[in-house]
Amino acid sequence: MAWQWFHRLGSPRWFYEKTSAWLPWLAAASALLLAVGMAWGLGFAPQDAKQGNSYRIIFIHVPAAFLALAGYYLMAISGAIGLIWKMKLSFVVMRAAAPIGAALTFVSLFTGAVWGKPTWGTYWVWDARITSMLILFFLYVGVIALSGAFAREQLADKACALLALVGTVNIPIIYKSVDWWFTLHQPATIKLTESSSIDPSMFYPLLTMIIGFYCFYAWVLILHTRTLVLKRESRTQWVQQLLGEGR
Amino acid sequence: MEFQFAGLADFIAMNGHGPFVWVAYGVTLLTMAGLVTQPLLERRRLRAEFRREQRIRERRAARRQPERPAAEAALAE
Amino acid sequence: MSTPDTRHLPPVSATPADLSPRERRGPGFGALLQTELRLALRRRSDIANPLLFFVTVLALLPLGVGPEPGLLARLAPGMIWVMALLATLLSQESLFRSDFEDGSLEQLTLSPQPLYFGVLAKVAVHWLVTGLPLALLSPLLGLMLNLPAAGYACLLLSLLLGTASLSLIGAVGAGLTVALRRPGLLLALIVMPLYVPVLIFGTGAVQAAVDGYAYSVQLAILAALLAAAAALAPLAAAGAIRISTDS
Repeated sequence: MAWQWFHRLGSPRWFYEKTSAWLPWLAAASALLLAVGMAWGLGFAPQDAKQGNSYRIIFIHVPAAFLALAGYYLMAISGAIGLIWKMKLSFVVMRAAAPIGAALTFVSLFTGAVWGKPTWGTYWVWDARITSMLILFFLYVGVIALSGAFAREQLADKACALLALVGTVNIPIIYKSVDWWFTLHQPATIKLTESSSIDPSMFYPLLTMIIGFYCFYAWVLILHTRTLVLKRESRTQWVQQLLGEGR
Repeated sequence: MEFQFAGLADFIAMNGHGPFVWVAYGVTLLTMAGLVTQPLLERRRLRAEFRREQRIRERRAARRQPERPAAEAALAE
Repeated sequence: MSTPDTRHLPPVSATPADLSPRERRGPGFGALLQTELRLALRRRSDIANPLLFFVTVLALLPLGVGPEPGLLARLAPGMIWVMALLATLLSQESLFRSDFEDGSLEQLTLSPQPLYFGVLAKVAVHWLVTGLPLALLSPLLGLMLNLPAAGYACLLLSLLLGTASLSLIGAVGAGLTVALRRPGLLLALIVMPLYVPVLIFGTGAVQAAVDGYAYSVQLAILAALLAAAAALAPLAAAGAIRISTDS
């Protein structure tokens, strides 16, 4: 039973038809959660005692950073599934996840830099987390660049999957080493990584935003995957019919 | 839970941190909007391409159509 | 170079029945290592170029930042390491190239011996002709950049361990890009983020030595990274080669 379902999941057409029904729900859920979370975080959550209002950037910075990392693992795992079970759809998901992950990594880097100016007095600090995030961004860029270099999509799929897997093995090592590097060079005056417990009045809007970002991610990933499916299967009958209908 | 600011101007200024907060939110929302519109635009492009190919195919078929009866007529003679 | 390269194959006339069991197994690790080394030593310029690059760029550094000895001494560990990294990276592009072009890489994938050992032999030879000379040359550059006396032994040891890891990691990128016409920059893009841990612990070791601290921990971590890379990177590179030669 489970295997049958697994194989059906591998069919691009089945995926396309199935997800048509999910899209409006995911879109509505992410729009609602993000709107509520943003209004809550921007207007109703109390000011931070030390950082004032600039801390309100946390409500987009942290969810984006979460998803940037989770997105890399998702990309690598779907690449691995593609390599092991030769599943076409899995490669498509991997290819769709790369630009989304890169965009979210960029968002977390950008918001972090903008947050840094009022808080630390400078846009860029070579802090352990920021540096790790930057390297994660380069890992994404590598996968995207490699995917664009091949003329044959099948070759690009496999090469990207392998690179993503190698990157996944490396991510924990990179994070640990950057952490170690930072403690070595940490300037005494700036303390960035204090782990203070967050107040519930700030935590709930943050949680709303995190769930909202997850919904948004799922929605956008499905959108990108569907478009890539159409592009790749454009010679098949069902796609021709779909495009002809104008739906 | 209550609104933390005295008014709209106060909300936008955010005690001097306004520009930072709004730029961060603005860029985030723009990126997210880009992520949503990119596949939709791509899909529209695919559809336009398909339509164009279809029109060409139909025109070719239409051009071939009138020739066939003439050829058949010639065969019949 | 003009003679056909049949070193991985038994004589064409031989049928499997004529071969001794030893010949049927194909060339082992030692035989591969010997032939590779002999071939590599024949290409003198390929050995000399990374070394010349290493020296030339480091000679540019004082021209860029000024000849002040204190400043150069502070920059020396990091600059020597970064340049060794770039020199390794630049020489890596040709790691599988000529074998791919004359088809012997594909023959290697068909050999009864695991591809792991074939890749390991190639990488070992690459290290012997680039990493090892780079490391041996580094004390001279340390001298030119006014590296404090305490740093020399550590610089040499860390580069010996580190360049081997760099060669291994780079082999994955070289395998992924070998089918592309101009892989140069792309190879750098996909491999550089993976180099980060080695760079951090390499420069960390030298810096610790210069500052008069114990550096055995950093060297131990570099050795651990090398062990992990030796176990995993040839596997990944072998997968990459199978992807690239599969057409």
